[in-house]
Amino acid sequence: MKLVHPLMKYVRPGAISTATCTGCGDGIIAQAVLRAIDELELNIDDFVFVSGIGCAGWIPSPFFNADTLHTTHGRPIAFATGVKLARPDREVVVISGDGDLAAIGGNHLIHAARRNIGMTVICANNGIYGMTGGQVAPTTPLGLKTTTTPYGNVERAFDLCALTDAAGASYVARWTTYHARGLTRSVKKALTKRGFSFIEVISQCPLQYGRRTGVGNAVAMMKGYKENSLSVKKAASLSEEELKNKIIVGELVDKDMPELTEQIEKLRRIHE
Amino acid sequence: MSKEILTGVYFMQGDIACAEGALAAGCKFFGGYPITPASEIAERMAERLPEVSGVYIQMEDELASIAAVVGSSWTGAKSMTATSGPGISLMQENIGYAVATETPCVLINVQRGGPSTGIPSIHLQGDIIQARRGSHGEYEMIALAPSSSQEMFDFTIDAFNLAEKYRTPVFILSDAFVGHMREEVIIPEPERIYRVPRKLPDSGTCGGKFRGFLDEDVAPMPIFGHGFKTHVTGSCHNDFGQRNVIDAEALDYYIKRLNSKISKHAHEIISVSQDVDGKEVALISYGSCYRAAREALNILEDEGIRQVGSFRLLTVWPFPRNQIQELARKVKSIIVLENNLGQITPYVEAAAGGQAEVIFLPPRVLGTLHDPATIVDKVKEVIR
Amino acid sequence: MSKAKKAEIRIAGFGGQGVVLAGVILGRAAVLYDKKKAVQTQSYGAEARGGGARSEVIISEDSIDYPKVMRPDILVAMSEQALDKYLKDLKPGGVLLIDSELVKNLPPEQRFTLYKFPFSRIANDEFGRTIVANVIMLGVLTGLTRLVSFEAMKSSIKTSVPKGTEEMNLKALKKGMDLAKVP
Repeated sequence: MKLVHPLMKYVRPGAISTATCTGCGDGIIAQAVLRAIDELELNIDDFVFVSGIGCAGWIPSPFFNADTLHTTHGRPIAFATGVKLARPDREVVVISGDGDLAAIGGNHLIHAARRNIGMTVICANNGIYGMTGGQVAPTTPLGLKTTTTPYGNVERAFDLCALTDAAGASYVARWTTYHARGLTRSVKKALTKRGFSFIEVISQCPLQYGRRTGVGNAVAMMKGYKENSLSVKKAASLSEEELKNKIIVGELVDKDMPELTEQIEKLRRIHE
Repeated sequence: MSKEILTGVYFMQGDIACAEGALAAGCKFFGGYPITPASEIAERMAERLPEVSGVYIQMEDELASIAAVVGSSWTGAKSMTATSGPGISLMQENIGYAVATETPCVLINVQRGGPSTGIPSIHLQGDIIQARRGSHGEYEMIALAPSSSQEMFDFTIDAFNLAEKYRTPVFILSDAFVGHMREEVIIPEPERIYRVPRKLPDSGTCGGKFRGFLDEDVAPMPIFGHGFKTHVTGSCHNDFGQRNVIDAEALDYYIKRLNSKISKHAHEIISVSQDVDGKEVALISYGSCYRAAREALNILEDEGIRQVGSFRLLTVWPFPRNQIQELARKVKSIIVLENNLGQITPYVEAAAGGQAEVIFLPPRVLGTLHDPATIVDKVKEVIR
Repeated sequence: MSKAKKAEIRIAGFGGQGVVLAGVILGRAAVLYDKKKAVQTQSYGAEARGGGARSEVIISEDSIDYPKVMRPDILVAMSEQALDKYLKDLKPGGVLLIDSELVKNLPPEQRFTLYKFPFSRIANDEFGRTIVANVIMLGVLTGLTRLVSFEAMKSSIKTSVPKGTEEMNLKALKKGMDLAKVP
């Protein structure tokens, strides 16, 4: 009997060989998203997956066997906003990287959160520009040497969860690729939220981050995630000093706010 | 009365007429960002779209505006944005994306004085080449140039129809003068407004097995939300939408197919109005300059000078090369009127190929309408 | 010209006086209610209030090819600055209409017909609203020139001014018409 992965039914026929490097975290994120859809028993034909440029943009495109819109660098949330506004009945999911969503596309991220438009944004955050060869990103830790910070990074890293929280997201969670189950749980939660959901996934790029920084291979990097992670609950009782260099994982925001497409629908009803 | 088509006679600003034309064409989505002299279009759409079950959104910038327009178009909505040159500059990357992904949408450029911030309320035809070649790579563009409030209404409908027919973005190249001018606008009965519907695949079609891209005769658009499982990418792709970022042959096919979709049908797209038979001199104009050309012809006729005719480009792009080639065989001189430093003039010269003398005539002061008297003087100088 | 006679009107003042709206009301009256052709154009400074503002209207029996006013038959100056800037363009024998409350220094030359009324003072004194000066001016202009019919002007005002101000504006129009009757 031929063994078939239970999530293969969601993979576009003929799109098997992925573009990702050995040990990349993107596969774990892809599985978490598809598993969430599977466990919620949702129809993948009701989804539109939107992604940008960078390795993580290839998570849904072309591999998910659904409507997929692979856009320009930085703009997937803006494209997805158009999709969601014109078809509010669709599940719109943006999956992209930290460079795409937080650097070149940072403005769209904060405005989508502010509008509280009903979409899920999953950010694979590897802290570096992987595809272009290991340049510094706005998410790169202070002091890290990259190909464009040969003397160490002098800029602070963005806290994307604090950013989207402040901008007004309904749901914000952070996980690492080590926390595949927690991540899947959060994706399920995000897909059932009415407003804007943001999930940051700290993800390993063994080639551009691990090798250059000396952290090591994918396994070593994921071990590091395990050791340095703290739950939201645990972190609450610790001082800033104790939280230094720690990754706080879990649900950071979960609230109900008026959703954009529902507000627009109300405007239309005035004229009926 | 139909809420989409406000049949009647109006004294209407060009920008407002443009918005009404869009609604009459069936536009259901507007994504934009405020900018002088195009903001009136956004304001009108914000008021009117909810009345016709449409969606208006003011995005965070112009890059997002065009992105949202493309996204909404992929759900089947007729979509548009309206801005001015600085906004178009910001949109260029995603205009290329719309071309590459064969996404119908309408882009209104109410041109103002540039480069850079320039003068917001003064009209310049400064973005003619930008519309044609502003995004990177090799592509074709369709652009229409209205000269009155009525044409802002009519041409916007034409733009939507061309966008649907050829599955491509279409420009309206208006300017601050036409956009802000008020004139009579007649909005006809709904049955007299022709709307090109979007060509869709048969239901039950699956994206992976369906040629939804790169057809010279325009593939049906496998829009989202119908189970087509469409893969849309701005990367080089084949007829099925499958990405290929390795082979030059694939790139060659991709570029040539996208281009020939327009060039093969150029004769159906290009629209010129001319009255040059038996004339010695032709005044070539487009957009607001056409109004000055007409006035100059009135004056010349009053003076008994009848060997001058008008050749107007209603569509600036694709360029009417063959029509101008033919014109150059008929007349001795061609005077090109442009409110810029000569953007289509090199194209006219190339098409004329030495068969007729080509003279470029800008207004004395850029950013103003030509004084008809200067056109008359130039004509007299030419026929002397 | 082969075209029928047309009238070119330039109304100039500063932003906030309703100069642009006055032009729109005039053009709308001609097109929608007198079934003539008209074009209205405008220009103003970047600031919404206080800078120079100009509104131009061409009214004709026939279609209008050239939409820009070059040599106005009628110049309405609602500020000193506007008069200084635009008087030179006025056609010889044309009509100059000024707000005598705001324009004090008149040029000595008399190659035009001058009419002066203190529009803004009347607006303030009789209506308590300086903003209706533009409509009083339109009343005078209509009375003096008959560019459009009084009925057309009335209808245009009703559909152009903010809701709730129709009655006041119609009174202002009537006031202007009455002023024009006095020699």
